[in-house]
Order: sequence, then structure tokens, then C-alpha cells
Amino acid sequence: MSTALVDPVPPVGRVSLGVVDPATAVARTRPRPGVADTVSQTMLMAWRALKKMRRNPEQFFDVVLQPLLFTAMFAYVFGGAISGNVRSYLPLLIPGIVAQTVLTTCMVTGVQLREDMDKGVFDRFKSLPMARIAPLAGPMTADVVRYLIAASLTFVMGVVIGYRPGGGVLGVVGAIALSIFTGWSIAWIFTWFGTIARNARSVQGLSMMILFPLTFLSNAFVPASTLPSGLRDFVKVNPISHLVSATRDLANHGALTGEVGWTVLSCLVVIAVFAPLSVRSYRRHM
Amino acid sequence: MTTTTAAVDAAGLVKEFGTLRAVDSIDLHVRQGEIFGVLGPNGAGKTTMLKMLATLLPIDAGQARVFGVDVAGEPHRVRQLLGVTGQYASVDEDLTAAENLWLFGRLQGLRSGEARATARRLLGQFSLQDAADKPLAQFSGGMRRRLDLAVSLIARPPLIFLDEPTTGLDPRTRGEMYDTIRGLVADGCTVLLTTQYLDEADQLADRIAVIDRGRKVAEGTPDELKTSVGNSTLQLRLAPGADAGLARRVVRRVTGAEPVLAALSGQLNVPLDAADQAAEVLVGLREAGLEIASVSVAKPTLDEVFLAITGHDTGEAGAAEALETDESLLEMK
Repeated sequence: MSTALVDPVPPVGRVSLGVVDPATAVARTRPRPGVADTVSQTMLMAWRALKKMRRNPEQFFDVVLQPLLFTAMFAYVFGGAISGNVRSYLPLLIPGIVAQTVLTTCMVTGVQLREDMDKGVFDRFKSLPMARIAPLAGPMTADVVRYLIAASLTFVMGVVIGYRPGGGVLGVVGAIALSIFTGWSIAWIFTWFGTIARNARSVQGLSMMILFPLTFLSNAFVPASTLPSGLRDFVKVNPISHLVSATRDLANHGALTGEVGWTVLSCLVVIAVFAPLSVRSYRRHM
Repeated sequence: MTTTTAAVDAAGLVKEFGTLRAVDSIDLHVRQGEIFGVLGPNGAGKTTMLKMLATLLPIDAGQARVFGVDVAGEPHRVRQLLGVTGQYASVDEDLTAAENLWLFGRLQGLRSGEARATARRLLGQFSLQDAADKPLAQFSGGMRRRLDLAVSLIARPPLIFLDEPTTGLDPRTRGEMYDTIRGLVADGCTVLLTTQYLDEADQLADRIAVIDRGRKVAEGTPDELKTSVGNSTLQLRLAPGADAGLARRVVRRVTGAEPVLAALSGQLNVPLDAADQAAEVLVGLREAGLEIASVSVAKPTLDEVFLAITGHDTGEAGAAEALETDESLLEMK
């Protein structure tokens, strides 16, 4: 369509990029984005998010500080009370902290998406012939890096204060992989919040209300058997409990148990529900 | 598709925000290869209309076609035919100029090497090559605007929307932007631009639609519009106590046109076909014994076009603007 004109020294302001023919342009249009386009556009949006992360390293404070601080704090504060001593509390605690930090990171995904969406550049994304899911899925995919940092650092910190995972390297890698997948899935909930909330602060408020019950009303920090019966029932169905149990099985015993299956299943359900919701509300948000 | 297909063909466009009709049954017909100007004050509905045509806002009623493709029915195809530049559709602040161009090229289906080459070519054409890898925070307003436009052009869309392309630019940069826009049309593009300045529409546009409070109140070539208010305006302020009625009669006798009394300033605006008519009016007033406090000759402004067409000045349109806060805030930015 366009024949390149080579003009080495153009005067400022004068532009000629070659002839545009509307009829050809119309004939070339495609009615909707294909699957390959959708994937490549998502990866491009992930690239953009990674660039932003590298240029704003303060974004990594939470995923670096939280694992270090929380692991040490919880271990030394609750270790003696719950398990008799710090060292025997660690196999229980570390998977719990992993789940908690990954969830907090999810929340940040939603908040940042909301902030990003309020910028002018999102209007340009909307004006482009690109898959509507890409601007949402892209940053989430880039956040895999954040989940990876958060989960790995928690294990490292655990090992530093005396945790010796019985599942070995393979078990720990499996546990980290499962946590990342769960984080990515659950992030769709917070992405949905991001597309419906009025501003970033309300995303944060809304997310906190979901986050705290989910993490603390689980077996993340205490054995479920110590809880009153009503609460114990909730803890048992809480998907975070499944993640924590699965992570424990993997990291402590190197065992691929049914808990892993339950975790993956609940993740898939979350994606199936919240990904379409997010795209729909993003589309309407114009 | 034939060459006679309109670039934009819209009928009865409506956009409502609550009880406010931001865009109220607007018809728009933009021919291929022309620069079409949409002229109106802040909050008149220009940006809202553009956003609907660009698939950024749902159309509440009416219908629009871009090169024959239905905007509401096939938005994805319409987006492939459009480049949008405005205060709202901007570039990514966290990326460099070169990265922005590369990203937007890739997002529109260019391969990585192609996108890099096109980015380099556009940076050269827009004289941004020295700033290619600098953070956008260091860009001047003019450079930002050029980059915005370059990003809109990367996929070579045949139709380009420019929302107030020169607001906030200094006169030299503004002149460069005009050259750029003319260059695009020379390449075969069609340009739909909004502006608050009659002068800008006059210099650039082949045809102009005047929008007021969401309605199209006039349409025509710049010359046709200006003729409705005269080529220039004599602005008179009579000395206190002078007979305004007599002054009007004198003006009417000398120029054959009806002077307009601006309610707020008490100023008498006389449309003139030629600037030298001003002397005749002044002589006429002197002979009638009318004393004048101040006098000036100005080119017709948007206000006068408005006054002539709608019978109220653009300030009154501010009522609609206040309701349309979202849009006017964007436009003011």
C-alpha cells in the first residue's frame, strides 16, 4: 500500500510517508483479532509492563520486603506458641507466607491496572485494532515476575532462618510454580475490581476486604484443627487453604497430592468467571 | 467500494450523559481526501463526537460509517482505518519515543524489524531522531504532539482524527503542525480535526462544521462561514451618553450590515467586508456628532461566527460545558 519515500533531510513539520489508498486499506481490514494476534498483543503488553517495572524499581518493594519481614516476624512471634519452637513452625508457616504474599501481589496487579487505565495511553489502546483482553492480560502476565520474586524470596528467607524443605529442590520448585499459577489466576478477580472501581484507592479498599478473610481464615498460619467448628468448615473450602496444603505437600514432602488438583481446579474456575467479566467491563468502560 | 464512498458518513448521532445531550442528532459527511474542521467552544461536544466515531464511546442513537464500514457494528474493522490523536489518546509516558513507536507498530501487526524501521523513518520525518531514546518527561509540548501524531500514523491509516491538534502550541510549532497535516492529505489521507479557533479551521480546513451545545449549527467552506460575519470586524465603544440607536442607523447606512451590540461589554461590533470600510464608518459617526471612546479592527473570531449563527456568544455555551465536565476537563488539559 505505501511506497516508501526516501527523504534524507526533511524540513521540520513537512511529512510525507508515501501514498495511502483508502480502498486497499478497507479491503485489508479484518473483522476481529485472531488467536495468534491476541497472544502476541498480550505478550507486547507484558513487555510494556516489564519495561515500566524496570524503570520504577520501587514497585518491587512489596514483593521483596513482605516475604523477608513477614517470614521473620511470624516465625519468631508465633513459632513458640503454635509449634513449640521456631524451627518446627517453619514447614507450616513458609507455605502460608508464600500464599499470603502472592495474594497481596495480586491485589497490586488490580490497583496498578486501575492507575494505568486512567492514563491517556489506555484510550489509544482502545482506539487500536487489538484484542480487548490484551491490555488486561499483558500486565498480569508480566506480574509473573513479581510472583516469582515473592515466592522464591519467602523460601530463601525460610531457609536462612532454619527451614529445611523435605520435598527437596524439585518440591520447592513445584510449590513456587503452583503459587505463581494461582497468583496469576486469582489476579483476574482483582483485575475485575480494577475495571469496575472508580479509582485506584477504591480497588485497594475493596481488595483488602477480600484479601484478609481469605488469608487469615485459612490454614496459612495455624493448623485448621485448632479452630472452632464453624470456622473450620469455611477454612476447609477456602481455596487458599488448598493452595497452602498443596504447597506444603510439595515443599515439605515432595508429594503431588489431590490438594494440587483442587488448587488448579479452583484457579481454572476463577479464570473462567473473572476473565470474561473483566473484559466485558473493560469494554464497557469506554 | 468506490472512490465516492465518504470517509465519514454519520447521521443523527446522539450521545447522552445522564440528562445532558452532549451530542444531539449530528449529521456529518466528510469526503475522502479533504480536511474537515469541527469548530466549537469547549464543551460543545466535539470531542464526544470524535470519540464515538473512533469507537471509544458507544453511539446512543444514529449511525456512522467510516469508508462504508459501520462503526457500531464492526468496530474492529473501523479501528484499522483510523488514527486518533488528541489530548486523550496519547503515548506511554514510561517508554521512550522509539519504544512507543515500536510498540504501537507491533500492536498493529508490523513485524519487529518492520516496526523498528518504520519507527526510525517516522522519528526522522518528525525531526525527533535526536530525542528517540530520551524519556518523554524531557519532551516539549510540540515534540509531544509530533510524537502523538507519529504514533497515530504508524499503521498508515487512511483517516486521521486530530482533536485540537495545536492547543497549547506556540505559533511556530503550530505552523509546522499545519504543514504536517497538509502533507498527510497530499499522501491521500483524510483528516477530521476539531478546533476552537476559526483562524485554524480557516487555514487548514476545506469545509467546516460549527458545533454548539451538541448540535451542528452551520456547515460550509471557511469563506462561506466568514462571509456570514464579514471579513473583519470593527469594534466600537461609544462615549458615555452617546446615542446607540443613532450609531446603529449610521452603521447600517454606511455598511449596509446590521451591527451587533455585545451585551456584556456594551461594545458595538460592525462586520466589514473590507478593512477600509472602517474609515467610512468612523467618518459617518463623526459627521453624526457621535463621540467614540475606543475603536479597534479585528478579524472575525469564533465568538462572532457564533453570535452571527446562533444569536448567543460562546460564553453562554459554557452552561453546557459545566455539565459536560468530563469532556471539558479533558479538553482543557
